[in-house]
Amino acid sequence: MIAKLPWQSWLALALSVIAAISLPIMSTAPGYGAPVTLSLFGLILVGAATPVLARSAVVEAIVMFVAAHGAAWLLISGITGHEGEATRAFFLLVATAWLLAWRLATVLSAMKPRSREAGWALKLIVPAIFGVWILIIWEAVTRGAGIPFILLPPPSAIGAKFAANLPILAADVRQTIFKAVIAGYAIGCVSGFAVAILADRFLFLRRGLMPIGNMVSALPIIGVAPIMVMWFGFDWQSKAAVVVIMTFFPMLVNTVAGLSAAGHMERDLMRTYAADYWQTLVKLRLPAAMPFIFNALKINSTLALIGAIVAEFFGTPVVGMGFRISTEVGRMNVDMVWAEIAVAALAGSIFYGVLALIERAVTFWHPSVRGG
Amino acid sequence: MQSIISARNLDLVFQTADGPVHALNNVTLDIGKGEFVSFIGPSGCGKTTFLRVIADLEKPTGGSISVNGMTPEKAREARAYGYVFQAAALYPWRTIEKNIALPLEIMGIAKTEQSERIKRTLALVNLTGFEKKFPWQLSGGMQQRASIARALAFDADLLLMDEPFGALDEIVRDHLNEQLLELWARTNKTICFVTHSIPEAVYLSTKIVVMSPRPGRVTDIIESTLPKERPLDIRESPEFLAIAARVRDGLRAGHSYED
Repeated sequence: MIAKLPWQSWLALALSVIAAISLPIMSTAPGYGAPVTLSLFGLILVGAATPVLARSAVVEAIVMFVAAHGAAWLLISGITGHEGEATRAFFLLVATAWLLAWRLATVLSAMKPRSREAGWALKLIVPAIFGVWILIIWEAVTRGAGIPFILLPPPSAIGAKFAANLPILAADVRQTIFKAVIAGYAIGCVSGFAVAILADRFLFLRRGLMPIGNMVSALPIIGVAPIMVMWFGFDWQSKAAVVVIMTFFPMLVNTVAGLSAAGHMERDLMRTYAADYWQTLVKLRLPAAMPFIFNALKINSTLALIGAIVAEFFGTPVVGMGFRISTEVGRMNVDMVWAEIAVAALAGSIFYGVLALIERAVTFWHPSVRGG
Repeated sequence: MQSIISARNLDLVFQTADGPVHALNNVTLDIGKGEFVSFIGPSGCGKTTFLRVIADLEKPTGGSISVNGMTPEKAREARAYGYVFQAAALYPWRTIEKNIALPLEIMGIAKTEQSERIKRTLALVNLTGFEKKFPWQLSGGMQQRASIARALAFDADLLLMDEPFGALDEIVRDHLNEQLLELWARTNKTICFVTHSIPEAVYLSTKIVVMSPRPGRVTDIIESTLPKERPLDIRESPEFLAIAARVRDGLRAGHSYED
């Protein structure tokens, strides 16, 4: 029976024994106290033993979940306010709780849910546990080792800053994303697409324009941004211009490549119907180019965000994500910088995710989407 | 018999990096209305090229050819023929019915007329009930039948088929051959059919054109003596075997396998 314990449990038990020998958890008084210390070890013992005690995978997962996260919560709430006072026992116990979470993720990944909803929930829960544990370890290490705030603030401090400054963050998002990024992205992608169609229609454009477009895409954003600020002023228009320059070329190149993606036979077929250029374009070549076009849209979604934020370093009204990052770094408010980074990551992920969903709907027929 | 396709001393030379390739050399041929003509020969003999010249997908470099009394280009613009390729070439983002609607949309045929024709041609190739499926949800044989339906949908009198069943297995192929003959008898179309299978050519055709490579030329034209009604077991009759033997002799006479 004991032999059926998974290796995570064995290792967790071994680590907790070493932790018990190296008690206390904190180098200074008042420490964790007997009740907290006992419940910590109790949770870890129960968590490590569940693989043989639990009757079903669901029960095992629930007990594991409570044990791993309960232990993590006890550890972190105990060290808060006593940063840098953690002993070896603290880090050993963090590692132990993390092993239990590992086991939990393994159990969840192996589950074969019966209903679709449960399947969807599982698909979300496993990556969520991964993400949460990155934050837990970050929090435990920064607080436990007392890492200077300016180097790396704990995620809880970033979260508090985030919550306290929602209006400022919202104003920055409005300025940078809803004005500069959206406008620049739309203009850049649409004009890149339109020029690609023209280049496809007229050979001299393709010959003449592509090398120049290539050169434009190689322009360093650091050099272009201040010039755009001089041309289009301090407000969002200059940032949108930078985004246009950054997104235009990926769209142009991908669309031109995509327009030649249709096969010879499919084109010959159109010719046998005596279809004209535009009929062939709309009914064959554009649908066939869609995977390429969506590639460009996805690449551009991240480029646009980077472009707009970096461009704000070169002059901006007193609002915007890039402006906030550059000024708050100067004022040593690193938690605010991290809050802006979190906003940018969140916005970028949503942007990308929405595009990926639309792509799945549009290119449902492509082997990479339909699977085979 | 009224001549639908008439080629006189047709020449076609491809300029390639390795020098000129003589794909067609001095081909003279007449195809009458309602005939089922098979082109047979080893690869490189120009059978597909000849079909593509009829379809105005290649331009001949010498000689003359007329399709329905016009140049191939005019015939193509008049939508004189339906073309079935080696692969089904269905557009994967369109359902089967939308694929068959494709030529109808391009030719500007009214929506109500479209759905009626889709229904009729799908019935003709035994695919009723698969309207809403996507091509990749069907087997290879069904895809090829759908592509035949697409070529039939706009009701051209001439059907050009370039090894349409080449990639299919023997059993499916037999079945489709039978259906094709039935369809030909019912619609009275003129069919040009490229193949490299001797039994297929003999079974289907009223006329068999034997070709040989380097340069691509016609070595024999055989008028079939088989009746129009052809059950599958006609392939064991002495008459069938005699024609097959003559085709084989024609292929050998072209020295097509000497190198």
